Amino acid sequence: MGMARNLGGFLVLFLAISICEAASIFQPISDSHRSAALELFSPTDGSFGSLEETYEALRTFEVLGIKKRPDISATSCQSVSETLGSSTSSLKDVFHALKVNSVLKCKVNDETFQGVAKRLKAVLNDASSLLDFYYSIGSLVLIKDQNSEVDVLRDADGIFRSIKALSQSDGRWRYSSNNPESSTYAAGLALEALAGTVSLASSEIDQSLIVTLKNDIVKLFDSIEKYDDGSFYFDEKLVDAREHQGPLSTTSSVVRGFTAFASVTSGSINVPGDKILGLAKFFLGIGIPGNSKDFFNQIDSLACLENNRVSVPLILSLPATVLSLTKKDQLKVKVNTVLGSSAPPLTVKLVRAFISGTKDSSVIESLELKFDPETAVHFLDVLPKSVDVGNYKFVFEIVLHDSEDKNVYATGGQTQVPVFVTGLIKIDNAEIAVLDSDHGSVETQKKLDLAGENAVSLSANHLQKLRLSFLLATPRGNIFKPHQAFLKLRHETKVEHIFVVGNSGKQFEIILDFLGLVEKFFYLSGRYDIELTVGDAVMENSFLRAVGHVELDLPEAPEKAPRPPPLAVDPSSRYGPKAEITHIFRAPEKRPPQELSLAFLGLTLLPLVGFLIGLLRIGVNLKNFPTSAVPATFALLFHLGIAAVLLLYVLFWLKLDLFITLKALCFLGTFLMFVGHRILSHLASTSAKLKSA
Amino acid sequence: MVKSTSKDAQALFQSLRSAYAATPTNLKIIDLYVVFSIFTALIQVVYMAIVGSFPFNSFLSGVLSCIGTAVLAVCLRIQVNKENKEFKDLPPERAFADFVLCNLVLHLVIMNFLG
Repeated sequence: MGMARNLGGFLVLFLAISICEAASIFQPISDSHRSAALELFSPTDGSFGSLEETYEALRTFEVLGIKKRPDISATSCQSVSETLGSSTSSLKDVFHALKVNSVLKCKVNDETFQGVAKRLKAVLNDASSLLDFYYSIGSLVLIKDQNSEVDVLRDADGIFRSIKALSQSDGRWRYSSNNPESSTYAAGLALEALAGTVSLASSEIDQSLIVTLKNDIVKLFDSIEKYDDGSFYFDEKLVDAREHQGPLSTTSSVVRGFTAFASVTSGSINVPGDKILGLAKFFLGIGIPGNSKDFFNQIDSLACLENNRVSVPLILSLPATVLSLTKKDQLKVKVNTVLGSSAPPLTVKLVRAFISGTKDSSVIESLELKFDPETAVHFLDVLPKSVDVGNYKFVFEIVLHDSEDKNVYATGGQTQVPVFVTGLIKIDNAEIAVLDSDHGSVETQKKLDLAGENAVSLSANHLQKLRLSFLLATPRGNIFKPHQAFLKLRHETKVEHIFVVGNSGKQFEIILDFLGLVEKFFYLSGRYDIELTVGDAVMENSFLRAVGHVELDLPEAPEKAPRPPPLAVDPSSRYGPKAEITHIFRAPEKRPPQELSLAFLGLTLLPLVGFLIGLLRIGVNLKNFPTSAVPATFALLFHLGIAAVLLLYVLFWLKLDLFITLKALCFLGTFLMFVGHRILSHLASTSAKLKSA
Repeated sequence: MVKSTSKDAQALFQSLRSAYAATPTNLKIIDLYVVFSIFTALIQVVYMAIVGSFPFNSFLSGVLSCIGTAVLAVCLRIQVNKENKEFKDLPPERAFADFVLCNLVLHLVIMNFLG
């Protein structure tokens, strides 16, 4: 029982921690990335799909140092040699085939390389679009790396200028000269192509070109965008649905181009280390991407940043941001490069720490962390006495020992990290008492042990008061004010009342004056269970505990007293199935036996028979029926018309509805009127003739 | 006494029959039709008396159909009868047309009510 009740408080604590951790600091690449990589890049039928996807998978495995990668060399190498051997394969495929080959080192003979190089140079000579330059130069660089016999570029200056001609004044690039839209993603591709041109050049490239390009890079970095947590990224300004790249691929394109260019040129590039650190934070901040393309972009870019020439970002991370005072947890800080390898000699300084929300009062000022070379962890043995339980913001600073390192590494100045300091809260002097209202004298008083089980039983009437009090102290001996301190009284009929336990200075105390609460309690006498809740995110022993019960004797309810509210409906019953409705059908009327009904049907026909016999007896004849053709036809039609109307009535009775019947009757009636009028007037005229004759 | 009354009655019937024999044939036909309708209605009433009036609207429409057509036939007879000077100017064909029309309207209502 006690465990279950503690669970509530624990969950609150856990939730608070997990929320804060999500918004906090950046962790370098770790083993979780490695297992995610193996899951994301899993080959089907011995290959990763296209050559591009194969390269992305291989490159990711290479950067992460995964040795046990899936064996796909057979199918991939075959695909590589097919692509390189064919003269019709696209530039992009050739480029990716060479990239795959750079990792797999397939057996490709020199002639193939020579052939591809020749084709690429031909493409390069009349290339006009940026992608043509990018793929052909990139491929030539790869060929040069894999096969040194391929000769270098003669007209490097010219190619450099043609690529540069596509650049814009803000440091971005156009894809081709007839496409006015400029793109940041293209700038990354261009920088990579230019870097390739420089590395392929037979002689030194014109230095003025390099200088203008460095200025372009600085301008490009001016358009960098920033998140609140200090991460920087590039995004396309123009949203073009056809060519649009997300921030991740745009940023990684720029990072690839920038680092490639920096590695082939000498001299400084004026990009602040903060921005490079911010880029690293951007890539680390996305965690583990769910799709392989993003994953590759993240890992590849981080690998570029890890070894870049301008400044190598160092990431400060905390293995745990929740420190328990009771367990004497050490404050540990790790400093790594983005891929998790060790940093140069350095000292981590805790510049200051303050309770979050209060900026001015810092509890720690300028502490140096010790370094444990075995685990490569900077730590603080004991938290200073001034640090009590609570939410803190710790501000760290990295100080590099070697002054030369300061030019190589970007530490990003001060890093602010939210830290939770938790501890077991001591509960003292817990007692519950029933007081007499008039004198305030104590009627019954019971000590409570809020750490364990309690089952006090009290009784009180409406002229008395209930007092509950306790003291809370932190491990450091200070007063602790939890977020939640509630007292709950629950009547036998499940009617609940919740009171906030207030604190007066040191002591938490609540006095329930039943005289004033009679109406609130709906005059319900009887047993009330008492429950006490004390909880806080930094309180390790938050609890929700049954204290016991109080037997209340309240006066009879007057007539106008408010009724207790209806009990909250159990949601499962509210949304559960309703009681089934059974329909009551009227019992069918008793019907007569069928034989009787049929007999009477026959009987009703008897008068008709009698009628017919009578007609015969009287000697009816059809002598009066017209003999000449036209009236005879009309007479016949008249009788048929009447028969049709009667038939229609029968159909109306059996299946038709009133509207159809009336419509049909309209036509039949008109017809009947017409023929009836004709035949009857004919008959009348003949009888009149007879009379007159 | 008894004999004389029965004889009287016989005589009465005799005279009635002979008087009726003089009635024109078309009126006889109408009379026969009226008798036929009334008997049909009577049989339905007897049926109702035996088994109950459960489909009451059916019973009503059946009986009223017969009574209604009998009444219309009586009307026709009045109009067609040459003795009735009142309807001297009305041709019997016109009366028959009225009879047909009224019957059709009556039975439309009856069918609607039959259910």
